[in-house]
Amino acid sequence: MRRFRVDSTVIVLGILILVIAVGAILVATVGRSFFSPGNIRDILTGMSVLGLVAIGQTLVILGASLDLSVTYVISLAILIGATTMNGNPANIPWAVVFTLLVCAAIGLVNGLIVTVLKVNGFIATLGVGLILQGVLNTNFQGSAGSVPWAFQLIGATGVGPIPVSTIIMIALAVLVWFLLDRTRTGAHLFAVGGDPEVARLSGVRTRPPLIAAHVLCSVFAGLAGLLLASRLGVGSPTVGQQGGYALLSIAAVVLGGTLLLGGRGSVWGTIGGVAIFAVVDNVMSVMQVNPFLKDVVRGVVIVAAVAVYSRRAIVRRRSRFGPGGTRTGGDATAAAAAPAMVAASRALEAEAEAAEAGPAAQGGVR
Amino acid sequence: MTDTMLTGTPVPSDGPDVVLRARGISKSFFGVSVLSDIDFDVRRGEVHGLVGENGAGKSTLMKVLAGVHHPDAGTVEFEGQTVSFGHPRQAMDAGLVTVFQEFNLLPERTVAQNVYLGREPRRAGFVDKKGMERRTRELLESLGVAFIDPGARVGSLTVAEQQIVEIVKALSFDARVISMDEPTAALSDHEVELLYAIIRTLTARGVAVIYVSHRLKEIFDLCDRITILKDGSLVSTDAATDLTDGELVRRMVGRPLQSYFPAAVAGTVVGEPRLELSDCGNPFVEGVSLTLRAGEIVGVAGLQGSGRTELVEGVFGVNGFTRGSVRVDGRPVRFTSPRAAVRAGLALVTEDRKAQGLALGQSVLDNTLLVVHSVFAGRTGSSRKRVPGILSSLEVSSRGVDQEVRFLSGGNQQKVVLAKWLVTDPQIVLFDEPTRGIDVGAKVAVYQLMRQLAAEGKAVLMVSSELPEVIGMSDRILVMRDGELVAELAAGAAEHEVLAAATGSSAGSVSTEPGASEPRHGEPSHGDTAPDDEGSRA
Repeated sequence: MRRFRVDSTVIVLGILILVIAVGAILVATVGRSFFSPGNIRDILTGMSVLGLVAIGQTLVILGASLDLSVTYVISLAILIGATTMNGNPANIPWAVVFTLLVCAAIGLVNGLIVTVLKVNGFIATLGVGLILQGVLNTNFQGSAGSVPWAFQLIGATGVGPIPVSTIIMIALAVLVWFLLDRTRTGAHLFAVGGDPEVARLSGVRTRPPLIAAHVLCSVFAGLAGLLLASRLGVGSPTVGQQGGYALLSIAAVVLGGTLLLGGRGSVWGTIGGVAIFAVVDNVMSVMQVNPFLKDVVRGVVIVAAVAVYSRRAIVRRRSRFGPGGTRTGGDATAAAAAPAMVAASRALEAEAEAAEAGPAAQGGVR
Repeated sequence: MTDTMLTGTPVPSDGPDVVLRARGISKSFFGVSVLSDIDFDVRRGEVHGLVGENGAGKSTLMKVLAGVHHPDAGTVEFEGQTVSFGHPRQAMDAGLVTVFQEFNLLPERTVAQNVYLGREPRRAGFVDKKGMERRTRELLESLGVAFIDPGARVGSLTVAEQQIVEIVKALSFDARVISMDEPTAALSDHEVELLYAIIRTLTARGVAVIYVSHRLKEIFDLCDRITILKDGSLVSTDAATDLTDGELVRRMVGRPLQSYFPAAVAGTVVGEPRLELSDCGNPFVEGVSLTLRAGEIVGVAGLQGSGRTELVEGVFGVNGFTRGSVRVDGRPVRFTSPRAAVRAGLALVTEDRKAQGLALGQSVLDNTLLVVHSVFAGRTGSSRKRVPGILSSLEVSSRGVDQEVRFLSGGNQQKVVLAKWLVTDPQIVLFDEPTRGIDVGAKVAVYQLMRQLAAEGKAVLMVSSELPEVIGMSDRILVMRDGELVAELAAGAAEHEVLAAATGSSAGSVSTEPGASEPRHGEPSHGDTAPDDEGSRA
């Protein structure tokens, strides 16, 4: 009964398949096999850390906020984890719980700054990130702590070609999908991100969903930090910055078709976006491409993918208008976004039947 | 659901069938009195019209009833009990639901998700998606609009369908009173008919409807009683049958409007052709030929989606014509961008002033100079000097040219759009829905401006969904259907003639084109139209 529509997750999947196909051919030209268990394992391993961060980032972006502090939360998590474990397997449970609680507290602070102080998420989390960086720099001059072997196994073992870390990441993605699809908190997060005024007038309490999203985002960053700890064996204060996780995770979310302005997107799209990055990275390392060129290619992938969305961009919502001189703040923001949407919809109205996907592009400009 | 509504709640003992009673409502903002001592009551199953000019206090009164604002003084009784709503949601839960003028829907979410936003049904702690869609479908069916899919994304629906979703959302609260603020502002005539039908279904169930509109015809078509507000005070509440159009307008504006549609300015001469289209087409319209002469106002009627807007956008180079020829003052031209059209002396007052006509966050002055700045940069200085004169001749009331336009009323915003074009001294002016959602006073100002332009030898083309406006203002009426011009009617044609041509029913059509009333087929229709047609049939 439902109208068929090509939603952005399908497009992401298409791009992913395309990237895999091209990658497989390229890898074959240097006489290697893309689909060998070892290579698949490498790709999946490459996905796990960014995947965890991006899942959390998806939640925050759906709520029309951003989290730039994840970079530093990751560094903090790896240090707290490694120093609390301190080589003793008995400390593992406590270290994991303690690390995640600290991360949750940071997320709570982010969430409160964004919702109560009404500071734009970009700025709020940039500020919190800088504070964390200062804390890290003053307290840790180099690597610290040590991770017991039992914990390192998480990063080192797998089921067939599938690493345990990827299984954890996918399991958490399922959980988040369920949260978004089947809970009120999830539904309200979409509403708050889509139009806070509409949410408020419908009786939704607008703060809790966004605070929850920020808390979860930081917890996911903490999990990513713990995963890195299990791989590296020690705590490193710069691991987050080296990975550039904040911007990469945002890029993966947008690549996955989630609207940077909030209110539309999916976890599966994000996983697809992360997979695209992982495949591209993998192909380039197998082919031993100059590392600087890697960044160029990543950049091209992001821009090209978002350009594809914007070609299909449609928001067929026609803004209504009338005599009301007394519009509220929420309406004003909606109205501010409207011209671009109307322009986009005008341009493509004729071919619009099944289209969707769109304003990821406008999001990308923000 | 239906049963609960029919049996309803006990009728309050203090008055027959009064479901909502407001007494002595006063409200000020920042010391400015917006409502003073308003008495207002609504009976079960009636449609109660609420009219007044902009700033009369209609919206504020609705917001007080809806719990968005707290009155400074006065009481609201709902079903016999004094109520004081702290949050819109409390009013909704009680059964008093407002469909605001700005849609309160999330375009990216489904119909069902929107209807049950904030109170999603749960099973075992999780959102019961199937149950939510089933209940939404039942509500849609009860209104006879089962063609709307509860799982469809709201952004993919037409404006009319979105309006219905709003009403369904109201019904899902088991509403006893539904307030609608300008529900038809963005609807075309046949969509309005669908809304009428739904409102009648509601009232038959005993639901009361408070209906705010600027369209007097709708007020008289629908309403049982009419309350008139002026400057925040109550003027009168009467049965609709006791009022006439003229009397209503007189009470609203406090003075008789000599003529709603001003006559042509004396000395207006219809002269040379200024704009000639010959067999023009683009992906949206086909085979359009028309001539627009100096001193002439030509109206374009047609259903929504018939290609009216696309016609003026074609002329203006928004989606320029790819076929046929265009002449301006006899010279052949081909506009591929609005910029080219503006340079040639055209102006387009767009349908959607907030999205297409104004930079809302900028000042009145910046908006007025928007086109001049970008297209005639060399004339900025001299144009700037003319701005105050143009603004005052249009009677734009703002706190000065530096005020941001988003703070102006709809009517004043529209005047700023007009000013923006007048500064460029256009020779051919295209109006698309020039009076949508603006008050009577501003409407008359727009009409007078059109007459003035015609008197100056300029050519005016006006697209409008409001038939009285088309008939009242046009020297000739062109009717569009399915992307083609199908008829040309003389000034003063009857509404049913225009409608017949627009809908393609042959009766009464005085088409000038042979075969115009033949049914069309195979014409690629506008994406938006199909569900509408379905709707009007349902």
